[in-house]
Amino acid sequence: MKVTYFPGCTLKTKATELDLYARRCAEALGVTLEEAEDWQCCGGVFTASRDEIATKLSSVRVLQTAFEKDQPLVTVCSACHNVVKQTNHALQTDSAFAEAVNRYMQNPVPYVGQTRVLHYLELLRDEIGFDAIRDKVTDALKGRRIAAYYGCLLLRPSGVMRMDDPENPRIMEDLLTAMGATPVLWAQRNECCGGYIAMEDRALALSESEAILKNAAAAGADTVVTACPLCRYNLQKVAGNVKVVYLTELLAEALGIKEEPQ
Amino acid sequence: MNTTDLKQEILRRSGGDPRRGMACGKCSAACPSYDAMEFHPHQFVRMVNDGNLLPLLQSDSLYKCLSCMACAERCPRGVEPFRLIEAVRLCAVREQGQNHLTPNDIPALLDPDLPQQAIVSAFRKFTK
Ligand code: SF4
Repeated sequence: MKVTYFPGCTLKTKATELDLYARRCAEALGVTLEEAEDWQCCGGVFTASRDEIATKLSSVRVLQTAFEKDQPLVTVCSACHNVVKQTNHALQTDSAFAEAVNRYMQNPVPYVGQTRVLHYLELLRDEIGFDAIRDKVTDALKGRRIAAYYGCLLLRPSGVMRMDDPENPRIMEDLLTAMGATPVLWAQRNECCGGYIAMEDRALALSESEAILKNAAAAGADTVVTACPLCRYNLQKVAGNVKVVYLTELLAEALGIKEEPQ
Repeated sequence: MNTTDLKQEILRRSGGDPRRGMACGKCSAACPSYDAMEFHPHQFVRMVNDGNLLPLLQSDSLYKCLSCMACAERCPRGVEPFRLIEAVRLCAVREQGQNHLTPNDIPALLDPDLPQQAIVSAFRKFTK
């Protein structure tokens, strides 16, 4: 299976492991991530205001690239995923926005949200299947107690994201089980790490992240797993003995294809 | 623009409907930035509905919202407070010279591990 892949800016710079292992693991599971040509940064956060058009065009372009290739569009970073998926939804539901976009882009075939947008987790669950993953993993994660951290962007707004139950998700826990790890149950897995507020009010971000990490540690987690570079950054500041790792790194470890650190 | 027009404009841009709010406070209870805000999400909804916009436009609370959408997800009435906050914030930063964050502020805020994503996101929310 081949899909169009949108890595996003942070996966090309600070979060190269997230990107590298996304590709390797997909390949090991029979899916080729074909990087979209000439993609641009999604902008990091969706602007909910309906009169914001220019700020959404980079997402429209990559959605259109996948549409022209007749492939689903796969993202890994939670933030990219949220922006691209909300933009696609706006094209499907807001005709004034779709009209302005198509007029500007001078599209021969109007783009009104035809592309299927999949987060990497959905690719694993819905296209590859957790059973196929279970068949391929080693026992590298056996005995590891891992807390799945969803944060905000994978789940909300739930009517648009439609990945899982926004208050009681299980997609990552099911994946952890398939990978041979033990998922821990904890309350704060869908609370916000502070996100971009870390830029100008670090104390506020630290207090949000601290509450999350404390809760994971109290549940007995040795590791917290996330798909978002900004969540990882915020959580790592307060992690103490708990490891904060990317989803794809952990999957590579389970599949036995992770490089040992030099 | 007078406040009635501005209120209509905010409602139109946001797509949110503050009239549905019943001040139950669920949004504020869910808000991770509650303690950092002068006007809490449920108050924000009420003030937009009342057209009481000036204090909101000048409040630092606009820049404490994390866009985490917890307020919307947990609202029993579908109000989506974050959309209203965003629309008011855009009114504030779109005014000439009112960018909350400028490129000159960035060097002092960097740390070597900071992901690009944080910088572009903060710019998108705080700057026009
Ligand atoms: S989106 Fe903003 S107002 Fe709503 S819960 Fe999150 S931080 Fe609070």
